[in-house]
Amino acid sequence: MNSMVQVKHSEAVGAAPGIGVKPKVIARDVNVYYGEKHALKSVDLDVPERSVTALIGPSGCGKSTFLRCINRMNDTIPIARVTGKIEIDERDIYDPTLDVVQLRARVGMVFQKPNPFPKSIYENVAYGPKIHGFARSKAELDEIVTTSLQKAGLFEEVKDRLNESGTSLSGGQQQRLCIARAIAVSPEVILMDEPCSALDPIATAKIEELMDELRANFTIIIVTHSMQQAARVSQRTAFFHLGILVEEGATETMFTTPRDRRTQDYITGRFG
Amino acid sequence: MVALYCAGIAVLVIVGFLFGRSRAAIAERSEPLHSRPPYHGAYVSICVLLPMLLLLAIGLPIADHLVTSQALHAFDPAVINDDLKRGAALRDIVALAQGRLPGEPSIALRRAADVYVSTHSWTYNLILATGLVFGLLGASFGLRSLSTRFRARNRVERVVKWVLLAAALVAVLTTIGIVFSVLFETVRFFERVSPFEFLFGLQWSPQIAMRADQAGSSGAFGIVPLVVGTLLITTIAMLIAGPIGLFAAIYMAEYASPRFRSFAKPLLEILAGVPTVVLGFFAALTLAPLIREVGESVGLNVASESALAAGIVMGMMIIPFVSSLSDDVINAVPQSLRDGSYAMGSTKSETIKKVILPAAFSGIVSAMMLAISRAVGETMIVVMAAGLAGNLTFNPLQAVTTFTVQIKTILVGDQEFDSAKTLAAFALGFVLFFFTLTLNVIAMQIVKRYREQYD
Ligand SMILES: Nc1ncnc2c1ncn2[C@@H]1O[C@H](COP(=O)(O)OP(=O)(O)O)[C@@H](O)[C@H]1O
Ligand SMILES: [Mg+2]
Repeated sequence: MNSMVQVKHSEAVGAAPGIGVKPKVIARDVNVYYGEKHALKSVDLDVPERSVTALIGPSGCGKSTFLRCINRMNDTIPIARVTGKIEIDERDIYDPTLDVVQLRARVGMVFQKPNPFPKSIYENVAYGPKIHGFARSKAELDEIVTTSLQKAGLFEEVKDRLNESGTSLSGGQQQRLCIARAIAVSPEVILMDEPCSALDPIATAKIEELMDELRANFTIIIVTHSMQQAARVSQRTAFFHLGILVEEGATETMFTTPRDRRTQDYITGRFG
Repeated sequence: MVALYCAGIAVLVIVGFLFGRSRAAIAERSEPLHSRPPYHGAYVSICVLLPMLLLLAIGLPIADHLVTSQALHAFDPAVINDDLKRGAALRDIVALAQGRLPGEPSIALRRAADVYVSTHSWTYNLILATGLVFGLLGASFGLRSLSTRFRARNRVERVVKWVLLAAALVAVLTTIGIVFSVLFETVRFFERVSPFEFLFGLQWSPQIAMRADQAGSSGAFGIVPLVVGTLLITTIAMLIAGPIGLFAAIYMAEYASPRFRSFAKPLLEILAGVPTVVLGFFAALTLAPLIREVGESVGLNVASESALAAGIVMGMMIIPFVSSLSDDVINAVPQSLRDGSYAMGSTKSETIKKVILPAAFSGIVSAMMLAISRAVGETMIVVMAAGLAGNLTFNPLQAVTTFTVQIKTILVGDQEFDSAKTLAAFALGFVLFFFTLTLNVIAMQIVKRYREQYD
């Protein structure tokens, strides 16, 4: 099959992560209903640790819905109902005894539209550590803010204006600020919902580069509209269609030899 | 007559519109139009309307003047220069002319009434006839200027712009006019009472000025007791309405189910619609005695009219303002900020405290400022519940008085219009105006400083 997408041959892909490696996130028979609407249908997926997993598929197929199951953001939507089982490190996150606040400290999220708080750059990054009480002193907090901004590749650009409003940054900088804000609480998993769709190509390239670095320490799950992006940044890809997880596997295989007809149609641009 | 004239305008305007439009529609068959046919119709209508309205606006006052002066001349030229007699004579003449003067009229009066009727009828008929001619001329002018290339749309748009501008000017000019007339009277007041005494005097008793035999017949015009009274009541009101209104808004916006919202919001708006007189007698007849009883049972000396009662009821009055404005502001905070905060693992109250309220801060401040303006300007509740005595006290259990109450007290009843006492009302009004203005300017500054842009 002639894929129009160039797949990047990274070292990790060869090892086919996910196969043999202990999965970080396990989803079994996950269904989501918005009122009467059955938006996600019996999804099973294993997400390997310290890697990037891309969720692709046409608009409205349930990618964001699935992503929001993993940090239980669907709880904030009154009409949403989730059934099935999702485990992180073999712990069921829908267990009634589990504390959502702690779950969300372990599973960070970056949204489609950059949404820095209307506070200073410093306060944006310090927000999570403060509410979770991670820093015992101002010096420790400074340290966390600095390293988070460094990891998000933003520190050099903003180090002289940490007290300026986060909303005064450019779109790409805002998105990296949101990434810094997410990693400031040292999560294990980072969910990204089309993090580059509001950004220009240069800002996009920066974020993609960043993801490549972050996967050394974090498990990243990214929703993307761009198959090129999925191919560039991810090791594994899952293809959703009409609420069904059609196919998932190593990114390289997905883009060169998809098993399912629908996957093939989508990645060759026949629909979507 | 005016009704007939307006009917004439309406008919000509409609006919003009239809003619203009159909003329354009017919012309369109041979050649494309610059403007759509309705614009041609509207243009003809305007050509009819403007001259007719203009004539009415100029003609009516002239006609009225002519009618009255002719009638008065016929009655007795001597009364023309005497305001009082002139008014009385005119009233009789008009009454007789309309056939509702009781008793037997004098010869002169009858003559005057005849002149009144005849002058009235010929001037008005003249206006009517001229108006119709103007309208027809306008229509024919409008119709003649129509052509396929005629820029009717641009002209109509220009007229629309001028009409809107005129409306805006009326609004601005009346405001300026009011401010200046108050300012003018205030200056006259300060010719009688020194501004220093007015602003810093500790005693307010304008009543004394009415009694010329009194030693200090100039009265005491120190507004400090009024300032203190106003601030005391406003503070009590805001202590109640501020937190309750804000918390209610937070509950409505962040916690309430849509079902609860759908009946609680209208309910609050009903509270906002309760006439302040009603709230006033609730304060005076229900709350004030209650406070007095409770106060006395614990051994406090409570006046039967107290700042506390007025303040509490005023607070109840402005709760809906605070809550409904704050609710709008909180709802305007983008959902993405809430999501961002929840996704960091913060709880609902952390999100409200650390993200939503800071983001909505400027709006909440302006809601509070608006509420304060309302409280400061409120009269009825205070009149009924807080009393008239200009006590200088910070004790909320005493009767106090406010700016608005004093303005009302001074101006109720017969007054000489240039005594210091009456003019004091304008000075009070001016200070009140200045105070609210300052409040608004401060609010605007705060809003500007904290404004956050969301795109
Ligand atoms: N808050 C919601 N309320 C009701 N329906 C929703 C909501 N969010 C998503 N949906 C529906 O669920 C389906 C999946 O949506 P989503 O997960 O956002 O798709 P994707 O992210 O793949 O574009 C869509 O049909 C959408 O209309
Ligand atoms: Mg989506």
